[in-house]
Amino acid sequence: MDIDFTSTGHIVGIDLGTTNSLVAFMDLTGPRIIPGADGDKLVPSVVSILPDGGIVVGNPARELLLTQPERTVYSVKRLMGRGLEDVKDELKLFPFHVAAGSEAVIQLELGGRKYTPPEISAMVLRQLKQNAEDYFGAPVDKAVITVPAYFNDAQRQATKDAGRIAGLEVLRLVNEPTAASLAYGLDKRENGTVAVYDLGGGTFDISILKLHDGIFEVLATNGDTHLGGDDIDNLLLRIALEDLQSEWGEDLSQDNEGVQRLRRAVIQAKEKLSFVPSAAIELEYRGKHYQREITRELFDKLITPIVDRTLGPCRDCIKDAGVGVDQIDEVVMVGGSTRIPLVRSAVENLFRSKPHTELNPDEVVALGAAVQAAILSGTVDNKLLLDVTPLSLGIETMGGVVSKLIHRNSTIPASATENFTTGVDGQTNVLIHVVQGERELVKDNRSLARFDLKGIDPVQAGIARIEVRFLIDANGILSVTARDQRTGKEQTVEVKPSYGLTDEQVEQMIQESFEKAEQDFADRQVREQRVEADAILLAVEKARKHAAYFELAEDERAAIEQAVHELLVVYNTDDHHLIAAKIEEVNQATIKLAENMLKGTQT
Amino acid sequence: MTDYYAVLGIPRGLSLSLDDLQQRYYALSRELHPDRFMQKPEAERQRALDMSSALNDAYRTLKDPIKRAQYLLTLEGFDIGEQRTKDVPPELLEEVFELNMALEEMRGGDHSARPQLEQAEKNFTGMLVETDQQLQSLFVQFDASQSFDASQSFDASQSKDALAQVRNVLNRRKYIQNLVSEVERTLSPNPQAPIPAL
Repeated sequence: MDIDFTSTGHIVGIDLGTTNSLVAFMDLTGPRIIPGADGDKLVPSVVSILPDGGIVVGNPARELLLTQPERTVYSVKRLMGRGLEDVKDELKLFPFHVAAGSEAVIQLELGGRKYTPPEISAMVLRQLKQNAEDYFGAPVDKAVITVPAYFNDAQRQATKDAGRIAGLEVLRLVNEPTAASLAYGLDKRENGTVAVYDLGGGTFDISILKLHDGIFEVLATNGDTHLGGDDIDNLLLRIALEDLQSEWGEDLSQDNEGVQRLRRAVIQAKEKLSFVPSAAIELEYRGKHYQREITRELFDKLITPIVDRTLGPCRDCIKDAGVGVDQIDEVVMVGGSTRIPLVRSAVENLFRSKPHTELNPDEVVALGAAVQAAILSGTVDNKLLLDVTPLSLGIETMGGVVSKLIHRNSTIPASATENFTTGVDGQTNVLIHVVQGERELVKDNRSLARFDLKGIDPVQAGIARIEVRFLIDANGILSVTARDQRTGKEQTVEVKPSYGLTDEQVEQMIQESFEKAEQDFADRQVREQRVEADAILLAVEKARKHAAYFELAEDERAAIEQAVHELLVVYNTDDHHLIAAKIEEVNQATIKLAENMLKGTQT
Repeated sequence: MTDYYAVLGIPRGLSLSLDDLQQRYYALSRELHPDRFMQKPEAERQRALDMSSALNDAYRTLKDPIKRAQYLLTLEGFDIGEQRTKDVPPELLEEVFELNMALEEMRGGDHSARPQLEQAEKNFTGMLVETDQQLQSLFVQFDASQSFDASQSFDASQSKDALAQVRNVLNRRKYIQNLVSEVERTLSPNPQAPIPAL
């Protein structure tokens, strides 16, 4: 590999997962995961807001899910870029609450404050950023973040917003299966046709790629952004809740803590079932005991409908890629849920070949993101990803029918140009409704945004000629520009996203998060100074009993006592500079004492 | 309008080597893709975005023979109005009439029309293969009319004729394609058409 590591500044690769998130980077030895302070490579994508407003992320937050469930958020990725209508069913399963007035953007109410999904995701990202900074001992402000290939424009935009709020410049959003193929291709294969089957905690993707001397060309992608291990958990959870209803005569579903304990028990049983033929869901709660043995056979039967839901997208993807099943050389398995034996056998049956499982399915996406980061920094220059847009882009025409402009599976960046005119004399603006999806009617597709072309010359109806250019960039995100063809003038385009945050809102959140980060930083510095103060106060306390203390002149002792008194006075202020200054005064006042004590021990 | 042929650096033509096209596409992608410009000033990044999207649009259009032909027709000033595809090609009138009857019966729940529809699907699919062959030879014909050098008596009307024929075959093809899709939909109605992510 041609790698040049002389350039400075680390760009990290981040897998922002539904269940777990990881941060990785690439050096001479290849891509590797950066662990957190606790040594864990996986940071659970769980955020908990403490009663004092403090933010806890990762493993500790996962623990808090049991004790303060209504202040703790998990699987927030499932809410990214979505409207309330999309997710109202599954919100019932979450312990946290949606704030009133969540029509445009979902807001979660945690401990009296409201947070949007991008803000919650930003907290996870900030933790990963911190982990990387601690690892490098240097600031990290640029990242490649992965998203499910089947994420639509709004979901991508929400992810990018989360990065910005976390203080990261998101250089690129990379599709998760594509990232995985990059890590895989680095390791195993240079040429051929590869399918990546990615079943994670909350999302499913299938991508088929052609690998050709370092070019990774995605032929087609398909998926379901609402399908994953979470669905299996919820299925088992419902069964266990019904059991408890009949065994304990209790409806535990209204008890947040009980539900979260049970959920954890269910996940443990599920994970075991990938390796043993039978496992128990076990719960000790409020002095009661529940145990339910689940055999692999029953488990397989239960999850068959979920696994089957992945097969339709696979078939469509194969068809769209224009390849036969026999032309696919390898199937790479990604995501924790691909450890499930039934998933593996279903994939094997469909693709008629044994899937690749030797790469760690939890880590491969983050590793691939790190490779892409190295490509963007120029340190890797012989590899190139050519990805596609997962969904067709169209505009609303007469009668609520969609006119497709950019078809799904078009390689990105991709563009399309369309001419518009006015329908009424003197009309000065035109509203363009952009949708994403494969269906023929607007109402069956995903509304993406409304673009308002303003300032058109007021001329007769049908005379104006506005050329509108739709461009999907390498992140899969749409931008729109317009030009009046008669005047050659660039036209203003006002974007009203159907879901998601406006630029102003994101800016405000960035501002708040900086203020918050400054606050956090200041808090930490105060705490650190108090620790210093504690140490020196304890030392003085001890020294007062030492003979050397009594050998000092009275004014010297008085100076020490004065300095100690002043330090105690400022000890509880929030001014770390002041505390530090008083610590220094105590230091100065006790120099002679310390020297004398040292001499005393030497003689 | 962007000249896709110029983007890929090949002469205007209808039959071309897909291997050569892919090689050019990959080589140009390595040069122009936005990934290569991340460390460059904004203006250069914007230019890379414009050029690589043009490259992708060009490759997508030219690698597909049907899209390629449609594109060249527009480039040469032909109007490939979609409306024409709604006119029944005269030689198919009778067959289409019978097909529509059978489709109506099938939709009305009369499954005795199934064998007839399956036969019709086969016939029309066969016609598609034929039109593709026709297109192939027209492509060659057009390219030959283009390659005359100036010293020879070059008849511009010859290439115009070839293109006009290409257009007619394309329209006929589109019409038949729609019929086949219609039959497929009626024979195996799929209530769960792919639904986009919500």
